[in-house]
Amino acid sequence: MGLQAKLLDTLVPADIKKRFDKVVKPVGDAGYDPWGFNIETAKASMATFRWVYEKYFRVQTSGIDNVPAQGRALVIANHAGQLPMDGVMIGMSIAMRDNNPRFARAMVERFFPTVPLLGNWLNSVGAVIGDPVNCEKMLDRDEVVIVFPEGVRGSGKMYKDAYQLKRFGNGFVRMAMQYGAPIIPVGVVGSEETMPAIANLKPVAKMLGVPYIPVAPPFPLPARMYLNYGEAISFPNDDASEEEVTERVEQVKAEIAKLIAKGLKERESIF
Amino acid sequence: MEIMVTGAAGTLAKHVIDQLRDAGHSVVACYFRDALELDNRERVTSYRVDITKRGFEDVFRNHKIKAVLHLGRITTTQDRLANRRYNANVMGTRKLLDLSRKYGVEQVLILSTYFVYGASAYNPALLDEEAPLKASVLDRNLVDMVELENLAHIYMFQYPELHVTILRPANIVGPHTQNGLSLQLSRSTTPYLVGFNPMMQFVQVEDMADAVVLAFKGNKPGIYNVAPEDWAGYQDALKMAGCATLPVPSIPPGLTNLIADLSPKVGLRAFPRYLVPYMKYPVVIDGTKFTKTFGWEPKYNIRESLAYYRDKKQFKKAS
Repeated sequence: MGLQAKLLDTLVPADIKKRFDKVVKPVGDAGYDPWGFNIETAKASMATFRWVYEKYFRVQTSGIDNVPAQGRALVIANHAGQLPMDGVMIGMSIAMRDNNPRFARAMVERFFPTVPLLGNWLNSVGAVIGDPVNCEKMLDRDEVVIVFPEGVRGSGKMYKDAYQLKRFGNGFVRMAMQYGAPIIPVGVVGSEETMPAIANLKPVAKMLGVPYIPVAPPFPLPARMYLNYGEAISFPNDDASEEEVTERVEQVKAEIAKLIAKGLKERESIF
Repeated sequence: MEIMVTGAAGTLAKHVIDQLRDAGHSVVACYFRDALELDNRERVTSYRVDITKRGFEDVFRNHKIKAVLHLGRITTTQDRLANRRYNANVMGTRKLLDLSRKYGVEQVLILSTYFVYGASAYNPALLDEEAPLKASVLDRNLVDMVELENLAHIYMFQYPELHVTILRPANIVGPHTQNGLSLQLSRSTTPYLVGFNPMMQFVQVEDMADAVVLAFKGNKPGIYNVAPEDWAGYQDALKMAGCATLPVPSIPPGLTNLIADLSPKVGLRAFPRYLVPYMKYPVVIDGTKFTKTFGWEPKYNIRESLAYYRDKKQFKKAS
């Protein structure tokens, strides 16, 4: 065992090791899968993020077992808070659940791979760029894939638009139909308050080649997060027109809006 | 009926020729490496010949060539001049394909490389054979690889009687392999780019020889990626190969290219510039089509493939 491996090993608490011993992930001899997921790095990251999950954002979930115990699935959620904290917390909630914990995959912005260290770390914990080919191949390999159909329209929005769903892309429904994957809608509450933005410095963002530069707190605020998972929705793999697919997208979006409303009602204090 | 193998001085071709001989085939081995003599063993006739020259046709005149396994290539490590490589690789291949038509060759197998897909930050993993070939926009040193493929595609569709098969293997590694990446693995200290650890795939050279022979025997024309179901980050691969790693700044990107360009001038060879994108971004190919079509089963896993380099370094140290 190398020094790095030893260090990672001591970092990971016994209960996390035990929890994931049974989680099977198709990795090669070097411990990687084709997207760069690495089981050891993922475990070590879980150990770190557990504190963030339990103590910082104090995440509460409901309906987490709607994510199937095995087989392919698409987890679809609203996106907010400038940084992809919502994605990390959704991934944590599926990995930390008592019954059948799983390592979910997340589709992230296309600029991440160009950022040294961060891009590789994201890959090693399961995130990949949101390319349809990645999503197809992952569903084909029976992965749980987290998708934010609003993309940067959602994550980069101003706080005055909090909890208003932006336009959803149609790709995820097409993918679910083609691969027979159930859609599990999630309403995320609290992510908007982790980094409320009042402006976007577009010219600076353009210069740096990033989607946006918000005028917002310099680090995520400790807002309580609520993740409400809805019942799985399945669509037949028929020859639906784009219009019909849009209706299906709206159906998922309406479900997420309901789950957000539920979370907002439950929430007693923001922080 | 004989089988022509080009690039016969290369280690891959040697393995392929051995397998063909063992299977009872007669082989016409063509090579163009300086100061190298191939022994004319039983059922192997060797020619030191430039495939771009007129004399090459005589090889076709003198033998009844049934199949051509085109494994020969002037690599970037052998000739740094892009124009010369273009002439040898692209124009040479055209000549080879034209002669194959003229002399009634029934099967042509062309060795390409996964490099043709191009390393880009936006690459999804598990690229299918239908993915666009974007390498030539990255570096002009990669143009000949893509052009050779384009040429092969034209012949594949225009002359179905040639039964053209194109193989795009991942990094070929192992004893005596001389490609850009295997040379990096051979070094005692190997540079990497800070903060980048792209996924890579490796095919051991004997496994690749099996793949070539299987594709020849199966004769199912088409384009195939060749890669085992095994992946490792570049930095992990260097460690498995026993390399001491040397961090090189990755930002700003211009600085990395400057290091690549300047290092040979001060007597060092950091890495060729065309490798920079491949040291940053992954090009992970999906090899399942080949595996399923031809029943290929690689014998070496990634650790075993790379252990060769580590063992060689340890042996060198000890002796």
